Formats: sequence, C-alpha cells, structure tokens
Amino acid sequence: MSKDTLFDKVWDLHKVANLPGGSDQIFIGLHLIHEVTSPQAFGALKDKNLKVKFPNRTVATVDHIVPTDNQSRPFKDNLAEQMIKTLENNCAEHNIKFFNIGSGKQGIVHVVAPELGLTQPGMTIACGDSHTSTHGAFGSIAFGIGTSQVRDVLASQTIAMNKLKVRQIWCENKLSTGIYAKDLILHIISQLGVKAGVGYAYEFAGPAISALSMEERMTICNMSIEGGARCGYMNPDEKTFSYIKDRLCSPQNKNWNRAIKWWKSLQSNNDSIYDDVIKLDASKVEPTVSWGITPGQSIGINQKIPSLKEIDPNDQFIAEEAYEYMGFKPGKSIKNTPIDVCFIGSCTNGRISDLRVAAKVLKNQKVANNVKAFVVPGSEKVAKEAKEEGLDKIFIDAGFQWREPGCSMCLAMNSDKLIGNQISASSSNRNFKGRQGSPNGRTLLMSPAMVAAASITGKVSDVRNFL
Amino acid sequence: MKSKFKPPVGEFSKISGKCISLIGDDIDTDRIIPARFLKCVDFDSLGESVFEDDRKTLKGKHPFDLYANKDASILIVNSNFGCGSSREHAPQALIRWGIKSIIGESFADIFYSNCIAIGIPCFTLSKSSIKKIQKYISKQDLFLKIDLLNSKAISKDLEFNLEIKETSKKMFLSGEWDATTKLLDNEGLIEKKLNDLPYISFNSNSF
Repeated sequence: MSKDTLFDKVWDLHKVANLPGGSDQIFIGLHLIHEVTSPQAFGALKDKNLKVKFPNRTVATVDHIVPTDNQSRPFKDNLAEQMIKTLENNCAEHNIKFFNIGSGKQGIVHVVAPELGLTQPGMTIACGDSHTSTHGAFGSIAFGIGTSQVRDVLASQTIAMNKLKVRQIWCENKLSTGIYAKDLILHIISQLGVKAGVGYAYEFAGPAISALSMEERMTICNMSIEGGARCGYMNPDEKTFSYIKDRLCSPQNKNWNRAIKWWKSLQSNNDSIYDDVIKLDASKVEPTVSWGITPGQSIGINQKIPSLKEIDPNDQFIAEEAYEYMGFKPGKSIKNTPIDVCFIGSCTNGRISDLRVAAKVLKNQKVANNVKAFVVPGSEKVAKEAKEEGLDKIFIDAGFQWREPGCSMCLAMNSDKLIGNQISASSSNRNFKGRQGSPNGRTLLMSPAMVAAASITGKVSDVRNFL
Repeated sequence: MKSKFKPPVGEFSKISGKCISLIGDDIDTDRIIPARFLKCVDFDSLGESVFEDDRKTLKGKHPFDLYANKDASILIVNSNFGCGSSREHAPQALIRWGIKSIIGESFADIFYSNCIAIGIPCFTLSKSSIKKIQKYISKQDLFLKIDLLNSKAISKDLEFNLEIKETSKKMFLSGEWDATTKLLDNEGLIEKKLNDLPYISFNSNSF
C-alpha cells in the first residue's frame, strides 16, 4: 500500500469519513461542470429537493456542444441550444459562476480552470469528464466522475470512493528535439497498455517530466485515463508555482507565500512507498502515432504496424478488430499514410504552446490539396493570445480554418465531424471507433506539430524534417 | 425497447436472468453510446440508441439486435469494458435497454462507479471462465441466478464464484447504494472539513 506520496497526503487531507460500506467520503475542493454531464444531476437535485451545498466551489463553462464556426445564439442546432440554456438556467438558479461564450473566459473546462488559476496543488478536483485527470499536472488529485457523482458533489461537496493504488512512472533522461509530451504519453500507454492503470493513480516523475513545461505536463496527465488511470499527477515544483502566480484566482499577496509553503509540503517524500514503479527512457521516444482504435495502439514514426505475433496475447483481439476497422495491414509503415482531415485542438493539445509549436511548422507552408485542416483554440483566452501573437494569421495563410473555442472534433458533438471513412491526423486523445463523428471514420493521434507536418504533406510525416 | 424503465431501488441480494454475450476487449463508452446521443438533458431515450453504430455496422447481427436476446438482462463482457469517457449515459443506456447486471473480465474505473451508482452490480470472473460462458451462450440459452451474498452464479450446467468489490457488495445488500443521503448524513463533518482545508482561506475568488 502506498505511503507518503502526494496522492496519499491529499487523499488523507480530504477524507471526511469512513462510509458504512467501506469506501471513503472525500471532500471535493473544486468542482467543474459543463453542459453535457450536469443537466441530469441538477434534475436529480430537484427530484430530491436538495440545494447545491457550496455553490462557490463549483464553476461552470460550456465546451462540448458549442459550434466552432458560428456561435451566435440561438445555436442552429436546437438540442445544443437547449443544453446551453439548461446550463445557464441551472447556474443562475443555484448561484454558480458560469463562464459563458463571449465572457473571455469560456473554453474547454480543462483549459479554462488552469488558466484562471482555479487549479492548484493539493486540491481534489472532480468534473463529469474523464479528462479531469489533466489538472493533476499541478499536483492536485483530479478525476472524472459520472452524473450521479456530479449530483453528489453538488449536494454534499463530497463523493464516496475507494482509495486508488499509486504507480510511479519514472521517465529517465529527456525528450529529444521534435519530440513532445504527446509522443511521450502515447509511448507510455503503448508500453503499459490501456488497462494497466485500472485501480491506480499514476505519478509521473523523473528528469524528463521535470523538464516539461506546465502545458506539456497537462498533456501527459490528460491522457492518464487513456492508460486506464482515472487520475494522474506530478509533484508541484517551481514551474508549477510560476505558472499559477498572478492568475485571476490564485492566492495573492501574503497568501502567496503561505500557499507555496503548503504546496511544497505536499510533494511525495523521497522515501515514499508506491504500489508499483515503472521506469522508462524518454530519450528513446520517437514522434509517436496511433495506428488502431485504442491509444495504446501507437508506434514510433519509423516503426511498422505490429503483426499479431508481436502483440501481447491479451491485446490480440482488439488488434484484429483494429486492422479490420482501420483497413491497415500489419507490417505496413505508418509513415506516409494519406490524411484527409487535420485537427488541432482539444483538452489534450489546444493550449497556446500547442498552437505556437504547430504555427512554427506551418510558417510559410501550405496545406496539401484535398486536406481539410482546422484549428480550434482551447479557450477564448488561448484564442486571444494566439491572435495577439499573429498565430491565427500563420494558420490561415497556410490554409487552416481558424475556429472558435470548444471541444469540437475531439468527440464531434457539434457539426465538426469526419465524413465516411476519412482519416484524420488529430491532436486529440481518443481514436475509438466512430469517435470523431463518423461511424467508420478513422483517427490517427499525434502531437500538434505532427498534425501540422501531416497537413503540409497530406500524409503522416516526421515533423523533425520541418524543424 | 422494453417496458417503461423503472430505476432500481433498495436491497439487492438475488439477480436472475438470461445472459447476453458481447465479445470484445476495450469496448469504450463511445461505442456503448455514441457522443451524438449525449445531446439530451435527461437519460430517457438512451435505451434504444445503445451500441447504435456497432449495431448499424452489423446490420441486425449485433447481440443487442438478435431476437433471442430481447429479454436478456445479464451482460457478459471481456476485459476493460466501458473504458474512455466518463459519460454515465453509457450505463444509463444499458440499464434502459434492460441490462440489470454485468459480468466481465475487468471494467474501467469510472464506468464501474457509474454502474454501481445507478444500481447495476458488476462482477468479475477469470478470462477462462468468461470464455466458457461465452462459448456456452453461442450454443444455447444461459439463464443465471446470481446470489450476491455468496457471490455465486449458478445455472443448470454451470457454477461460478464471482468477484465483486466488498464495498459494492455491502452497499447492494444493505440497500444503501444511493449515495447522496449517506454522504449528507455527515453534514457536520463536511462543514468542518471545509474549514480545515488550507486552500479555502488563501484563494482569491475574484472571477
């Protein structure tokens, strides 16, 4: 059983009680909500005649269903309009802060909370969204919950949960030039598999992790869930503190020093005990691309799609399904696979640094004929910063469409969808069957830089040739 | 769609029903309920859309479309079932279709908690036992009786020792699996916790 890790410390600190069934009652420091997983929870509160217990510990924004082309109200899609209206009404009725479109603070919930300084070390953070693990990059314990648990957090600011085990993933050395956090996390998941994290929180540590910027760390923690781990985190350090400093909701003045002192005390002890430790060498990671229908089915750009006999017997069934769905043969190179659509955005890779990296690749380049390319900033703040830096112009000049912030084609709840069996080069997080809006659409996950490179050549390409 | 959905309440100790087998590892919640069906403010209409894209692809041959399975209520799955998105819409769609319990090799964490929260007990069994059950179902109907207290599943030909998390088992046996009330029982402790957490006092709330 783990001991003295950041996870243990934060868990114990937030434990309210032992529940009769044996699970722990855990206080949720920050609750984030959006339009998709909250309406039924508010409905349940009404049915039970309950109030929101601490309205100022919940913050709302709208992201999944927002159109990224024309955001004027009412939305063209009646159902989307009904969902945003429901959220507006629920927030107004229960006195919950809502960052709506046009507020300057709207965006993907996992982009917005860190940039406002809401996400801080030592907090427990829950949201009805599996990518809540993103916030672990700050040394918070953050995880996705279902709608019934959203109801519980609204009603009691707590949930019932069993404590997770802790696995440390120690990343030795550093990533090479042209290799990004996305490559590292895809590599980790391809090595450990998509179910290894079930029952675990992942602590990412080691020189390769310390060297990452906060936004890169968010990319890693974001995809913990794709490795099965509901929660992923990193120990807070000077980079964490300087990212948080002077943001809208961060501790100010005298409180800042108090906060830093407390945050430092939360770091995993040198002699802390883990349930499991895994070490890997980050310097060996290549630009990494998914070839199948789970993020674990990812390979280096110079590798070939594995044959069945190269695959662990436990993963062979899904591999066969992947060959068939993707129309790819084992032994085929992933490099040079033709691409139809390029998507840059999402809570994994829709932040300003992601846009900067992609724009650097795209400067003075053109998107290949027959490729549809679009970029969706993660938030209104990201969009504003990008415009101030002239990034929007670089994207547009290259032939990208510049869109309004939202989740967009990561999960295709708005009108941004693949058509037929199109193949996308996507900076998002899931390559599941049908994920990007077409029941036979195909997704190749990769870093934003790699998406930019693919948009220029019209096929999967090694971005290192463009740097 | 079956008769009008009534959410389960109270104590569970026995579950019995016909099994439906769904073969495949890593079946994610996007497959269980594609994202376009998440455009709703209640869960009522989800049952008919469960596995919509997989069913369309298989043109009537998907287990959830087979006439023989229309009254099935115990779902048999393989490993990492329900991975991906936290959408509770996935178990809500399954329960509305008629699934009352799931037996599998393993479940994704969030999916598992969502199932427990809405009253779908999920049990695990070894890979070989699941294979045995799925092989049996491919040849003939399987009716299972699940005894939650003793974690046993029995049919006329088969018998298995099921595994279920002790906390989930206790909740179902006691009927206290609807969490909100239990959590609110500790209202005083919740208030105290809020006051004890260091960050509550040093944060600025200047939205």
